[in-house]
Amino acid sequence: MNKLIVENSPHIRSKHTTDKIMARVLIALSPALIMSVYLFGLRAFALSVICVLSCMVFEILYRRFIKKDKEIDLSPAVTGLLLAFCLPVTFPFYMAVIGCFIAIIIVKQFFGGLGQNFANPAVTARIVLFISFTSESTYYVNAFHHKEAVTDITTGATPLISGATPLALEAGEEIPDLIQLLLGRHSGMLGETCALALIIGFVYMVMTRVIRPVIPLAYVGTVALGAFLAGENVLLHVLGGGLILGAVFMATDYATTPVSIQGKFVFGVGCGLITLVIRFYSDMPEGVSFAILIMNILTFYIDRFTTPRAFGYKKPAPKEVKQNGKS
Amino acid sequence: MEGVVKIKNIYTRLMYKIHLKLPHHKNAAEVRTKKMDLPAHVIVGMSHGIGAPCIPVVSVGDRVKTGQLIADSDAFVSAPIYSGVTGKVTAEKEIMGLNGRLNKSLVIETENNQIFDENITPPKVTNRDDFIKAIRKSGLVGLGGAGFPSHVKIGYDPEKYKIDTLIINAAECEPYITTDYCEMLEKGDDIIKGIKLIMQYCEIPKAVIAIEKSNPNAVRHMKELTETEKDINVWKLKTEFPQGAEKVLIYSITGRVVEEGELPLSVGCLIVNVSSAAFISRYMETGIPLISRRITVDGNIVNKPSNIIVPIGTPLSELMKKIDLRLQPDRIIFGGPMMGHSVFDPDTPISKTTGAVLFFKDMPRHKMTACIRCGKCIRVCSMRLLPTELEKAYDMRDLKRLVRLSVNSCMECGSCSYICPAKRNMAEKNRLSKELLRDNQEINKK
Repeated sequence: MNKLIVENSPHIRSKHTTDKIMARVLIALSPALIMSVYLFGLRAFALSVICVLSCMVFEILYRRFIKKDKEIDLSPAVTGLLLAFCLPVTFPFYMAVIGCFIAIIIVKQFFGGLGQNFANPAVTARIVLFISFTSESTYYVNAFHHKEAVTDITTGATPLISGATPLALEAGEEIPDLIQLLLGRHSGMLGETCALALIIGFVYMVMTRVIRPVIPLAYVGTVALGAFLAGENVLLHVLGGGLILGAVFMATDYATTPVSIQGKFVFGVGCGLITLVIRFYSDMPEGVSFAILIMNILTFYIDRFTTPRAFGYKKPAPKEVKQNGKS
Repeated sequence: MEGVVKIKNIYTRLMYKIHLKLPHHKNAAEVRTKKMDLPAHVIVGMSHGIGAPCIPVVSVGDRVKTGQLIADSDAFVSAPIYSGVTGKVTAEKEIMGLNGRLNKSLVIETENNQIFDENITPPKVTNRDDFIKAIRKSGLVGLGGAGFPSHVKIGYDPEKYKIDTLIINAAECEPYITTDYCEMLEKGDDIIKGIKLIMQYCEIPKAVIAIEKSNPNAVRHMKELTETEKDINVWKLKTEFPQGAEKVLIYSITGRVVEEGELPLSVGCLIVNVSSAAFISRYMETGIPLISRRITVDGNIVNKPSNIIVPIGTPLSELMKKIDLRLQPDRIIFGGPMMGHSVFDPDTPISKTTGAVLFFKDMPRHKMTACIRCGKCIRVCSMRLLPTELEKAYDMRDLKRLVRLSVNSCMECGSCSYICPAKRNMAEKNRLSKELLRDNQEINKK
């Protein structure tokens, strides 16, 4: 008889692979990418491509450096695209590359690479960029600025119109209506303005079972409820800032969120509460990335306290425990 | 208080649904069973499934007849072994069993004229003790796969356990295997008779035949047969894996939860495999012990998937002579693809518990990558364990955490390894963890 393969059961495996999951996340992100190009011009696409490529390159270089096997998956591409999505369209390219370095090398690889990082690379890199290059990264660019820019250049006026995120609008200013918010025709970061595209991505990911809807629903629900109770504009709070992008794509990162469903719920609610606190009481208009980072750090403890009991788990009888302790 | 329990039940049902749906590949389902021609020799192992191995009562050079006792044991958890063929015992050798342990085996060369042993007579059964003794004498072990001696299971202590439901396990949730399905379609009357016998002697008021929804023919057939029976119901199970596991089955049907380390008897359920039930009724009528069984032959290089009855002890090499294969297999599995074992020795015999022999070639092989903590393994675990955490705990040899995460509840169904996108071998790690805990317990006792 010829050679036979001997393996431990199960002998059949599902068709899921890590690459497929990552590819699906990229597909889910693509409507938002298309909308960002439509809203902010081709520079948005260039910035996204640069972030994706530099993340992939950093991953390859680091793997070469530590002599890990060279096969890489699509996860750095997801990180790069997410990072690009929370940068303004005017962001300098070299700074974006620095952000990618922080995300891939420092946040992800220094802690052990895929699945081992305790904080979301894209979120952490965005925060580092936000603190290091505050003016460049808080440029809330108005949608369709590039079309206006063409006319502006001819008149010699400043080509860019920098506005505030809708969340920071002063009283009396015009508040965008629901349609505008859904389509993203307001100022904001690259990928976060078009809520509709992000929601399409969310539905796609839930349908293909890439994520469970627990965290996004708990997160958005908490923020909406909090804003409602505080008497603020709920629509603005939910759709105006980076909440949808954060809740759907960043707070659902596998490696940095609790594994059990109860833990995920706690995580989502926690994110929502921290976001509300930051939005209400701090100087920053946005709180999503900080909320996610803080909850990432708490994930270990959430996991600890929400470990589900096994089916038919029996509490050990107290006597037995004592005897074991003695021996 | 009852309301609270109800809400809790609804909550747990919502939170932990078994989600794993497997491809069926039940290609042999509509192929009716054939009897295989006699193999040139059989190799009968002394250990079949769970329990103490038997000791041969015949020696090399003896002639044995079909149905003659060839090995028995004094141990309680053990069932005698009978010869499936008429022939001469030519050798006694040790063969590596599927569990990795050496298994003493008798080699019997078959003769042309096959004679039944003259001692075979239908047992006389008048009460429960006789019934249990007869089952032990038949050599029956659970035909579903684990191979627990049936006389131990059915011969439970009636003082200790009050059984109200007899569950006939016909879930057959593994892909490819169709033996129980064929048993239901071909020997439906035997099954009903067997159920009635068990109900009569064990004084169990009602019985449930649990069949997966994906086998509508079997459901219809069994419903027709049980139309006149008030106490026997047919239960349609959702097509999910591992629906046939005892604890899952009990939960699906009665909503009762079997505690860790307890038997299904503790919640008032007795589970008997459907083929075992049919065998019991046949044995009570004819007295022919367990000398052959039905197996499914399938796989991606088998031309005609089929169900065949083979003598117990038929070696793989003899079986392969009778099967039409397109190509040379590079992977042969005894049992289902989820819980079966890879075979490497052409001498490996079919035991009492082998439900299928599967031949594969060029199955996709996957490279193991890093865990991304996606939590799919947690979603599919019907015991609600955390396979990913268990794997880490095993890698750190953290015994306390292994116990805290209840690794002993794991029934090694393989769902976690199946679904894992990083292709990690979590089921294998769980097996190792259980072994590790067992070893350490022994060390602690010493």
